[in-house]
Amino acid sequence: MTKKRVNSQNSFEDDLKRLQNISEALEGDDISLEESVKLFEEGINLSKNCYTKLNEAELKIEELKKQIQSDINYDEDIED
Amino acid sequence: MQEILTVSEITGQIKKSLETDFERVSVIGEISNFKSHFSGHWYFTLKDAGSQISCTMWKGFNSTVYFSPQDGMKIYVNGKISVYPPRGTYQIDVRSMKPAGEGELQAAFEKLKRKLSDEGLFDVQFKKEIPRFPQKIGIVTAGDSAAFRDLMSVASRRYPLVKIILGSSKVQGEGAAKEIARRINELNRVKGIDLIIISRGGGSLEDLWAFNEEIVARSIFNSKVPIISGVGHEVDYTIADFVSDLRAPTPTAAMELATPNKEDILQFISEKINSCGDSIADKFQNYREEIESFAKSYGYRIPENIVREKSQQLDNLMYKVTNSITAILNAKSNKLKIAEAVVKGHDHKKILGKGFTMISQNGKFISRSSEFSRKIDFTIRFKDKDVKVGKDDKKESK
Repeated sequence: MTKKRVNSQNSFEDDLKRLQNISEALEGDDISLEESVKLFEEGINLSKNCYTKLNEAELKIEELKKQIQSDINYDEDIED
Repeated sequence: MQEILTVSEITGQIKKSLETDFERVSVIGEISNFKSHFSGHWYFTLKDAGSQISCTMWKGFNSTVYFSPQDGMKIYVNGKISVYPPRGTYQIDVRSMKPAGEGELQAAFEKLKRKLSDEGLFDVQFKKEIPRFPQKIGIVTAGDSAAFRDLMSVASRRYPLVKIILGSSKVQGEGAAKEIARRINELNRVKGIDLIIISRGGGSLEDLWAFNEEIVARSIFNSKVPIISGVGHEVDYTIADFVSDLRAPTPTAAMELATPNKEDILQFISEKINSCGDSIADKFQNYREEIESFAKSYGYRIPENIVREKSQQLDNLMYKVTNSITAILNAKSNKLKIAEAVVKGHDHKKILGKGFTMISQNGKFISRSSEFSRKIDFTIRFKDKDVKVGKDDKKESK
C-alpha cells in the first residue's frame, strides 16, 4: 500500500499532527520564549482552521459513473 | 407384420412422445459434473442414489440464477425433457433452479470458505490498514437502499470532511455478485480513494448470497484499497466478511469504523490548544520569576525600573497570548467590530463633521499653540475642503 498525497496542501490529518507536535514542543524546556510565542500563534491558527473546516464541512457525494468519465485513470479494461 | 422404422423415424417418435409427455417437469437431485461452457451455457448431471439424468441450462436462463451451482449441491430444477436425435440422448432443458433448502447454500458456503481459507485469502498478513482519516471513501451498495442512507447519515454526522464516491450496484439476485466485484475493481481506479465499504442491509441467506460468491471474494482480495464489509445484521457472516480487511456487523457500524468522530476531533483540538496555553503561561511565569530573582540577587542590583520594564514586556506578550486564547474559545467574537468602531472613532473626518477644524502650517498639522506662527501662511481644514489663509489672501482671512 502506497501512501501518496495527491494534493499539495496539507491534509486535515497533517494539520492535527502538527497541532500535536506544537503542543509537545511547547511542553519542552529547550525552547526560547520567542520560538514558543511563534509556535503558539501557529497552533492557534491551525486549530482555528481545523475547527472551522470540520464544523463547516458538508458531506460530498459523487456517483462512480461521473468519476469514470472525469478523473478515473483507465489503464485496463473492465470486463463485462 | 410390424412396421419397420428407420432410426430417424423411431427417434422422431420418441422425441415427440417424450417432449409431449414431459413438457413440464420439476426434479430434485444432486449436481455432479457441473460445467459452465465458455459460450455461457451450463451442462451438468442430476443424480440420486439410483439414477442420473443429463441437464442443460442455456445462457439466457442461467443468468437468472443468483447462486453459483456446485457439485454436490442438492437443487430443484424446472424445465422440460428434450431429445437430441444426433446422439439419441435425452436431457432436462432446465428453465430455473434453486437450492433444495438453506442447508444447501450453507454447505456451499462452508465449502467455499474452506477453499479460500486454504488458499490464504483470509490470512491476517494480507489485511490492509484502515486509514484513520480517510479523504475519499468508495461505497459499493444499492444507491437507493436504506443501507446507503444509513452510511451517509453516519458519515455526515461523524466526519463530513470525507468525500463519498458511490459505486451503486445490485446487491441481491442474479448478476449481483458480478456487479459488486466490478464496482470494487472500478473504485480501485478512482484517484485518491483510500477506503472502500461494501454493504447491504439485513436479509435472508439467499438475499445476502452475492456476498458469498467467489468472484466477490477474489475482487476484495485483489483490491489495493483497504475494504470494510458491513453486510446484513450482527449475526450474519459472509465470505466477503472473511476476506475484507475489516468486518463490521452492520452498514452503520461500517461507517463508524471508517471515520473518526467529529466530536472527538473537536475535543482533541481544544485540549491541545488549552495545553499549549498552559505551557506558555508556565513559561512566562518562569521567566517572570527568573527576572525577579535576578533583581533580588546580591550580584545584580538591577534598577527597579528595568525590572518593571521587562515585566511589562512579559505582560504585553502574555496579554497577546491570552487574547489569542480568547479568540479561539470565542470564535464568533465581535472583537473586530469593536476594533473597527474604535478606529472609526479616531477618524478625523468624523471630528470635522462635528464642526471642529484642523490647522496646518508647512504641511504639518498643528496640535499645540506653541507650534503655531502668526507670521506664515496656514491652512484650515473644514469637513468639505481646505482653506488657505495668508498675506496674499486677505479676503478669506477676514
